[in-house]
Amino acid sequence: MTVSADLTIDLGGLHLDVAFAVAAGEVLAILGPNGAGKTTVLRALAGLQPIDAGTVAIDGRVVDDPGARTFVPPEHRPVGVVFQDHLLFPHLTVLENVAFGPRSSGTPAAGARALAQEWLDRVGVGELAGRRPRRISGGQAQRAALARALASDPRLLLLDEPLAALDATTRATVRRDLRRHLAGFDGATVLVTHDALDALALADRVLILEQGAITQSGSIAEVTTRPRSGYVADLIGVNLLRGDAHGTTVRLDDHAGSLIVADPAEGPVLALIRPHAVTVHRRPPEGSARNHWPGEITGFDLLGDRVRVRLAGDVPLIAEVTPAAVAELALTEGDRVWASVKATEIDTYPT
Amino acid sequence: MSRAPRRPPVPVVAVAAVTVAFFVLPLVGLIDRASWSTLGHDLTSADARSALRLSLVCSLSATALSIAFGMPLAWVLARVTFPGRALVRGLVLLPLVLPPVVGGVALLAAFSRRGLVGSHLYDWFGIQLTFTTAGAILAETFVALPFFVITVEAGLRSMDRRYEDVAATLGAGRLTVFRRVTLPLIVPSVIAGAVLSWARALGEFGATITFAGNIVGKTQTLPLAVYLALEGDPDLAIALSLVLLVVSLVVIVALRDRWLERS
Repeated sequence: MTVSADLTIDLGGLHLDVAFAVAAGEVLAILGPNGAGKTTVLRALAGLQPIDAGTVAIDGRVVDDPGARTFVPPEHRPVGVVFQDHLLFPHLTVLENVAFGPRSSGTPAAGARALAQEWLDRVGVGELAGRRPRRISGGQAQRAALARALASDPRLLLLDEPLAALDATTRATVRRDLRRHLAGFDGATVLVTHDALDALALADRVLILEQGAITQSGSIAEVTTRPRSGYVADLIGVNLLRGDAHGTTVRLDDHAGSLIVADPAEGPVLALIRPHAVTVHRRPPEGSARNHWPGEITGFDLLGDRVRVRLAGDVPLIAEVTPAAVAELALTEGDRVWASVKATEIDTYPT
Repeated sequence: MSRAPRRPPVPVVAVAAVTVAFFVLPLVGLIDRASWSTLGHDLTSADARSALRLSLVCSLSATALSIAFGMPLAWVLARVTFPGRALVRGLVLLPLVLPPVVGGVALLAAFSRRGLVGSHLYDWFGIQLTFTTAGAILAETFVALPFFVITVEAGLRSMDRRYEDVAATLGAGRLTVFRRVTLPLIVPSVIAGAVLSWARALGEFGATITFAGNIVGKTQTLPLAVYLALEGDPDLAIALSLVLLVVSLVVIVALRDRWLERS
């Protein structure tokens, strides 16, 4: 493993305790809500935040181990960092920014400049080399920041919300290019983001960090098909309910209702209901669906050509319907309606 | 919703106008009393030239010392957390509010030939600071240094420290980070601090005359020369005062971006 970390950091209100490893050529995304400690993990890997306990090793070398009084400062770690708002040095040209790393590691000026120009060409902003950072756009600056991080030939690339500061159109193109550059990078990459799309597009594996602890990790497919927390369920837009299974009945933990499911189970389970599997009715439905519950409409969200209807009740749900259905049923906020779900449409798995 | 422009209250404007007059009238008086025909002659007299030259030497030396010693202190105050930091900052700022003559007396107590440190300087190295140009520079540095320290410390505190983080992750050691990132980013503060401390050193009177005395060619800087000339040669006093006034105006113009709104 190129990078392995098992670290504890106490930050006043947040106790961070995580362990993970990243292989060479692999991209790990750390996904989590604001304040979960994502950036702190990144700073600990870079050496900008000493850890309180545990070890961090990069490329087989221990760089932080408070127990053994080992701490390698950031300038001696083989890392490159891209920050959210690029942080190109405002007093240097784009070229000098990218040449900064090679210069610091002792490359002669001419060689460092040639290398910097090469990297700028590679990320597609070679013609902007002579400009000051404030004279280029956000997308261009973020590309230059990536070139700067890669120019010092790191073994570990750290990306801290690299796309968050960009507008939607720029974000899509920079994301696409970033994906290409990460594919060509042979070191380990750790990407911190709160955008599931970034993780989906760029990462091989995700790690869900909530309140300083890892709540789930695995491939994108594993995490999206079996979400384990409300945060992940919200992120990918599915209904996730926690309950206690007795055969094919699941009694919900936090709500009054219960579910009928197809596969019998015993004990605590998570039940996943995809919004498009929920149908909305004006009157109590009579049909083959085993589950129907009354609920009150608390709001609507437009999602592409679908409408997401938020329902409160014994079983709180989000239903996904067409705009035509909303119009035909004349659904409005505050309406009392019925929701139904077939037992076979509910996935259950142990907590 | 737009507000209708209202007339400012008359009494407030009246008092404000009186205050402006209070600042302007002395300057007008100075210009009015100046004897323009002999100005050139006054300023090129031997005593005037000597005072001008000495003032430049002393104030520029004091500025250089303020930068050399103030920069590390400003960095420590801005970047290092240590017990008693507030106390140290208070001590550094003390010369800003201390009456300069008290500063001079305190310098005497420490650095005169019988002073706490001065006695050893004299006994061991034969160095005497009182009544020397070095003493005048020391007195000016004492009052000028705080201006440099507070200005640069504020610059260090307000800069985005993440630039230093980036530089470190790019392999730059602490000295390189300071030289190639921190210093360029706080250049405006460093210039402002240097100009402020230079202006303060140039105008220094109380501490200098108390500690270094009033010796023509050695410790008699412009302000001291003005004071002395007032007795026998008021035209010269006014001529020298005009020089200091012009310097002050240049400083204000140079630092206008910092203090005066640009509208």
